[in-house]
Amino acid sequence: MKELLLGKLDKNALPHEWFTIGGSVTFILMFLAVVAFITYKKRWRWLWDEWLTSVDPKKIGIMYFIVGGFMLLRGALDAVMIWLQQSLSAGSSHGYLSADHFQQIFTAHGNIMVFFVAMAFIFGLINYIVPLQIGARDLASPFLNTLGFWLFVAGVVMVNMFFFLGGEYAATGWLAVAPLSGTQFSPGVGVDYWLWSLQISGIGTTLGAINFIVTILKMRAPGMSLKKMPLFTWGSLCSMVMAVTVFPLLTATLFLLFLDRHFGSHFFTTDLGGNAMMYTNLVWMWGHPEVYILMLPAFGVYSEIVSTFTRKKIASYASNVIGMIGVSAFALLVWLHHFFTMGSGADINAFFGLMTMVIAVPTTMLFINWLVTMYRSKILFKTPMLWFLGFVGTFSFGGMTGVILAMPPADFQLHNSLFLVAHFHTMTIGGVLFGALAGISYWFPKMTGLRLNERIGRYAYWCWVSGFALAFVPLYILGLMGATRRLDHYESSTGWQPFFIVALLGGILIMVAIVLQVVQVIATIIQRKQLAVSGDPWNGRTLEWSTAPVPPAYNFAVIPEVTGSDAYWDIKQQASKKVVYEDILMPRNTASGIYISAFAFLTGFAFVWHINWLAIVSIIGIIAVIVSRNFDENTEYVLSAKEVEKIETERNKEFASKQHDIKKYEDADMGLIEFIRVVLNWALKTVRLKK
Amino acid sequence: MSEIKIAHHLQHERAAADRTLFGLWMYIMTDLLMFAVLFAVYAVLQNSTAGGPHGHDIFSLNFVMIETLLLLTSSLTCGLASLSAKNKDKKQLFIWLVATFLLGAMFLSLEVWEFSKLVNEGHTVSTSAFLSSYFALVGNHGLHILAGLIWIIVSSIFIRKRGLTHHMQRKINAFSMFWHFLDIVWIFIFTLVYLRAFI
Amino acid sequence: MARKHKSNKSSNTIGLVFLGILGLALLIALLLQGNNVALLNPKGQIASNQYNLLRNSTLIMLILAIPVLSTMFYFAWRYREDNPKAVHDTGKTHSKKLFVFLWTIPFIFLVILGNGMLRANYDLDPKKPIDSTKQTITIQVVALQWKWLFIYPEQGIASLNLAEFPVDTPIKFELTADEAPMNSFWIPNLGGQIYAMTGHSTTLNLMANSLGDFPGSAAEINGEGFSRMNFTARSVTDSQFSQWVNEAKANGQVLNWDAYEELIKPSENNETSLYSSVEANLYAKVLIKYMNVEGH
Repeated sequence: MKELLLGKLDKNALPHEWFTIGGSVTFILMFLAVVAFITYKKRWRWLWDEWLTSVDPKKIGIMYFIVGGFMLLRGALDAVMIWLQQSLSAGSSHGYLSADHFQQIFTAHGNIMVFFVAMAFIFGLINYIVPLQIGARDLASPFLNTLGFWLFVAGVVMVNMFFFLGGEYAATGWLAVAPLSGTQFSPGVGVDYWLWSLQISGIGTTLGAINFIVTILKMRAPGMSLKKMPLFTWGSLCSMVMAVTVFPLLTATLFLLFLDRHFGSHFFTTDLGGNAMMYTNLVWMWGHPEVYILMLPAFGVYSEIVSTFTRKKIASYASNVIGMIGVSAFALLVWLHHFFTMGSGADINAFFGLMTMVIAVPTTMLFINWLVTMYRSKILFKTPMLWFLGFVGTFSFGGMTGVILAMPPADFQLHNSLFLVAHFHTMTIGGVLFGALAGISYWFPKMTGLRLNERIGRYAYWCWVSGFALAFVPLYILGLMGATRRLDHYESSTGWQPFFIVALLGGILIMVAIVLQVVQVIATIIQRKQLAVSGDPWNGRTLEWSTAPVPPAYNFAVIPEVTGSDAYWDIKQQASKKVVYEDILMPRNTASGIYISAFAFLTGFAFVWHINWLAIVSIIGIIAVIVSRNFDENTEYVLSAKEVEKIETERNKEFASKQHDIKKYEDADMGLIEFIRVVLNWALKTVRLKK
Repeated sequence: MSEIKIAHHLQHERAAADRTLFGLWMYIMTDLLMFAVLFAVYAVLQNSTAGGPHGHDIFSLNFVMIETLLLLTSSLTCGLASLSAKNKDKKQLFIWLVATFLLGAMFLSLEVWEFSKLVNEGHTVSTSAFLSSYFALVGNHGLHILAGLIWIIVSSIFIRKRGLTHHMQRKINAFSMFWHFLDIVWIFIFTLVYLRAFI
Repeated sequence: MARKHKSNKSSNTIGLVFLGILGLALLIALLLQGNNVALLNPKGQIASNQYNLLRNSTLIMLILAIPVLSTMFYFAWRYREDNPKAVHDTGKTHSKKLFVFLWTIPFIFLVILGNGMLRANYDLDPKKPIDSTKQTITIQVVALQWKWLFIYPEQGIASLNLAEFPVDTPIKFELTADEAPMNSFWIPNLGGQIYAMTGHSTTLNLMANSLGDFPGSAAEINGEGFSRMNFTARSVTDSQFSQWVNEAKANGQVLNWDAYEELIKPSENNETSLYSSVEANLYAKVLIKYMNVEGH
């Protein structure tokens, strides 16, 4: 009876180790604090109506940033824990973590950073910026977009669920390679949590990607042919096309692994004909393109930034677009370079090695293209440009190590070493994360009407870059010394310990950088009066800059006409036309996405713990919500021309009062000391008032 | 003014329909890729019988022929249903939808019957990698058919309630595309799984 | 305003200088480590060829990377907005010549690097036997839950977590695994790596060029004992090797099927041990365990 009701769930699943107790208590306290704050401020209604159920891609984008930001903290904490263990655990000392726990941490670190940080930031940027750049009022399917976001949130909850119930995460590495991830070697619920977290958020990604492809291809402003599309949108399009191509492979692969674990089938087992090498192939057919899915929008961000801050059209727009398409096409043909060492034979290795090296061609071309753009330009040196230069330095280094790893004979020596770990962190941090941070600082004025505090931004930037060097150069060296990745312990005779300690220091410096970025945002909010800017603080070139900051729900009161690849630049050169407002059809907010995701989460949870009734009930729940949403014909409302005019007049009035001049830039920005002083003053005042 | 508004509205409707159709194509492509993985896995594992039975030991070609005929016929009735939806012929539409549903349901019950027969004979998903991949591939197709059947029921209810609106016409159209897609997948299953087992 | 402007620049300068010092310190650390850096100090023929490829391709890439990067940073500094000396011309756009230029340069480098890679790829194929006047010795390796079993079919002995072999002699490792997930076999000083998987036999040819003990490890995550699944690769003289074989024959334990069944149970931190005799065709039997026996 109990098993029927609760499956494998029993009281042993409750937290009883220091990290699960600590983790769950932290999460519960944070949750309670947020709940208390919202209740105190009486903002529940507002939160639900304006944000959680919103179908506005701009708001969804911001929510992606918030969730991604929290997950970045969580993932970075994992990273520091990993380095701490590795710094301590040499020779007779065994560090502070058990081997199993250590393996769970690096698995969680990988999953969180790729799925719930990098993907969150990239999807956040795409959500916010792409519709604005193409002059669209909303997405092809606003509902699918919220659904995608909430499925992503369900994945986030699932990945952290083991703190509360089960007490173990997968200890298999971020891709859970078979047969290690089968029940033979991983009987616990850890891999199941891993599986459902990825499965649910992965389906969300597929839906989101379909939505963006349709939006970009079908909803561009009149006159914007594909050849005139902004480069960030191009990068996003390439990325989304890759996502719909490979995420179904992940879904299918996870489905098969689920069958193996739940129903005892033999796809990837060692016995009865199972083929574990097939899992490695399938998962990398998705896994390799995945990093390019993250990278291509970042390339787009860099192109936008270079073009804006050099005040120049990108040198060769056509090459840039062809380059990005080339990267995405070839990225689908290189997955085997992740396991040259499987012994496939020289011919197969040669093919995949060569394909991988081919990718370096368009990438190098992009670099030279940016270089040529900078020639004789007029560079405005602001943090986005700094991020770009940081990217140039790190990414080209990472690219070179990538070409080395692409050569099968060299890869035989470097495979699964810390050299490889350093390489892909160079690409994902130097490329993707810097890209996301560059994008956020570049578009922050658009999203909030405030420009970010430059000064603290620079401090954060330099901490990031030096922390990065300090953390990962030692890992390159360790790899060359023969250290494999994922070591929870090593002999002291290896001489590796000093390098691990240096890497730990680098990790701590990166933590400082992250804290500084939080400080940067708070300082910006404190100085919101001085830092308020117009809709176009950088003298931008693409359509998103034509709207006033924090664009209205409908983005454009009047859909712009596009004549060139730098649409807004062209518009700015022309005399303004008289505005005629029209009725706008707007999508209604909906909570269906939240309900479906809640049921999806329950389905996953039920499968993790083998609670069959709950799985059936939740699946029926999903179907019921989908049906009711799909046959709901009342999903839109009309915003009349008069209302639009009223909103626009008010906005324009406000807009006129904002500062347009970017020359007066640094004057106002508070530094760290001033920030501390202001915060202390505020705290003192609050305490005094209470008395 | 109101005429302009109506024209505007129609234009918006058409654009929305166009996007839905395009999105549906994208979705079908992703689904196809998922089936592609299952087909590939089947191709790799079909001889990994681990001492258990091969396909030609347990499949009955005649039986599968009946299943195939049922599904092909349902594709025809489904096409007729979408034609009558286009012509706004509600009565005809219902006839063809019911026919499609019955054929699909018969197909699905035959498949369930086939599966249960195999399981009763001791050929389960955990017997061998070959059978795992067989059940996964064919079973996944069956689940899609089940989704299609639910789609028919729900759309019929809504059409009865609200009449044959533009919205519902689009739904029927979409269903018809989905159903034809499942038909094509089945033809691949029929040839690559069942026919191949006897060659 | 002027003062603030200065602080802007100075924080960037401080950052740059700090980064420079950091880079230098790390470079010095690398140099000081010297002999400890296994991949840069190869002790085997394969490893030295792999090192050559690594070194040469890095140098070739630097030919492109150094000019591109230094120009990039120079341009960033030179064409800053407030540099009165720089020529600003923001109107220039795309031309056909530029298009060709952009694509040709990386393509040339691809041809050079790709050519070197392809040659090395076939040359250093792990399956390819190594040319030598000496007879190749075969060692069969079974990856178990957290230990390595080395079987010497020609000598009729076996050892645990210790692979001893004569120097300057081609060694052919044949690898598989039993009751274990995928493993990767790596001896950084001699070259590597190849997977060891149940039901499959992979091949890795290596040859040591100098005497000594070289650490070997499992490079693919395989469960709790992952970090402790190390072994020693010992390169010795011919006579030392035959002496070692004799010692194993005299003092080693017996590895029959029962003893093997006992051995494959998961365990960590196993001492090295020697086996005087091995169950006949043990390696083949391990492989067959996972082969799909055709039923009909």
